[in-house]
Amino acid sequence: MRRVYLDHSATTPVDPEVASVMMTYYTEKYGNPSSVHGFGREAKQALEQARTQVAELIGANPKEITFTSGGTEADNLAILGTAEALRTKGKHIITSCIEHHAVLETCEHLEKNGFDLTVIPVDEEGVISVDAVQKAIRPDTILITVMHANNEVGSIQPIAEIGKLAKEHGIVFHVDAVQSLGKIPVNVDEMNVDLLTVSSHKIYGPKGVGALYVRKGVRIVPLVHGGGQERKRRSGTENTPGIIGFGKACELAGQRMAEDAQKQTKLRDKLMNGILDRIEFVKVNGPLGEKRLPNNVNVSIRYVEGESLLLSLDMLGIAASSGSACTSGSLDPSHVLLGMGLIHEIAHGSLRFSLGRQNTEEEIDNVLEQLPKIVERLRMMSPLYDQVVRSKHV
Amino acid sequence: MYTEKVMDHFTNPRNVGELENADGVGEVGNAKCGDIMRIYLDIEGDIIKDVKFKTFGCGAAVATSSMVTEMVKGKTIDEAMEISNKAVAEALGGLPESKMHCSNLAADALHKAIENYRDNHQKKE
Repeated sequence: MRRVYLDHSATTPVDPEVASVMMTYYTEKYGNPSSVHGFGREAKQALEQARTQVAELIGANPKEITFTSGGTEADNLAILGTAEALRTKGKHIITSCIEHHAVLETCEHLEKNGFDLTVIPVDEEGVISVDAVQKAIRPDTILITVMHANNEVGSIQPIAEIGKLAKEHGIVFHVDAVQSLGKIPVNVDEMNVDLLTVSSHKIYGPKGVGALYVRKGVRIVPLVHGGGQERKRRSGTENTPGIIGFGKACELAGQRMAEDAQKQTKLRDKLMNGILDRIEFVKVNGPLGEKRLPNNVNVSIRYVEGESLLLSLDMLGIAASSGSACTSGSLDPSHVLLGMGLIHEIAHGSLRFSLGRQNTEEEIDNVLEQLPKIVERLRMMSPLYDQVVRSKHV
Repeated sequence: MYTEKVMDHFTNPRNVGELENADGVGEVGNAKCGDIMRIYLDIEGDIIKDVKFKTFGCGAAVATSSMVTEMVKGKTIDEAMEISNKAVAEALGGLPESKMHCSNLAADALHKAIENYRDNHQKKE
């Protein structure tokens, strides 16, 4: 059975070029970058080259890049590090209701520890309004943290405008760009950001590596203390092979972004329109066109449940994801879909396909052939669908 | 995450459908929580002659519904009342812990169908 991977927002395969660059740093150039000797120096040099590669992709200075163990740690470092640094200045933090758990849970942790939190709602397309952010700003607001693009519905947020507001009010602005990096342009100056989270394994790099961009002059208190690596922002011996792989992945992402985006947008629209054409009672979640990530398809298929869809697709070798309660690990479906105003029963039937570099038109055709049959089978089993069919024939 | 038996019942569910003029119908769950199970019974004397189900829900919800219909066919209604959600899960070789409470309701639907039958039956008498 030929497998079809359509879950690139969960993770991506490591690019073979990236993997081959990394190998050397496991087996031959294994020195500790902090060491004085030749082994250390060659590792250090590669580490700094990777820092430059990451910085170039986001329009930053290499000195502003702090490597971490991934996106979650970078989000934690940005939020907790800012709160700690500015706690005497103010206690108010602004975020949105569609953030990744790495941001939401961290903000809620601070709320439990004496900070005030405002969670901005989104519109029905999953987009934050700049106006709502403006209204939430208080004299004691110290941090605004908002994602660049949403991981579930692909909605792209008005980051530059929110950043401008933050700048005018002297508020630190953090952006989680884990899903947008390598897919759409990310530039720290154009976006007016102070702190920016990026992750390696979403852009064909290895897992366990990420980075936080920290604008020159912005102060954060470290979470991890020790040997003072990463300009004292993140102690611990650097994950040299991983970081070098991340650097290479950033270089490749820069070269391939335009072509990838063009190709994936075409496949995205083919898949989305194909589903709408072939299956009744389907709703697209998230915005259409330019306001959506090039690789994201998210639909709610009524009268069926998401996990059943995923299991059925998986048996045919097709990998996707869902925002149903069963896959969120709680009794409620995705907070993003609920935040967009979807009722529970529609959120339970959501299905996300996230495209990647290797997907082909043939694979999309395969999904478009199989999915309607799966939906038909599940609907025939569904007591909710009965009522619809009956009311149609009355 | 699921046993082979669960996947078998999910892929090839037994007794899917409805019974016209069923003697008893039972439904549990709601669309909000993501699971609805409806069970139809044909009862002769006190024997369950035929049983069908319709389910909206995850893999565990479909598999438990299918399994419970297999377990009760030919049983007396008193015997059927003895079947618990736990017994259905065990017959499937177990369910993931997270599914034990939210999607393991097929026996409840069965019991509701029997109660519905008893209500209808008593009215007729």
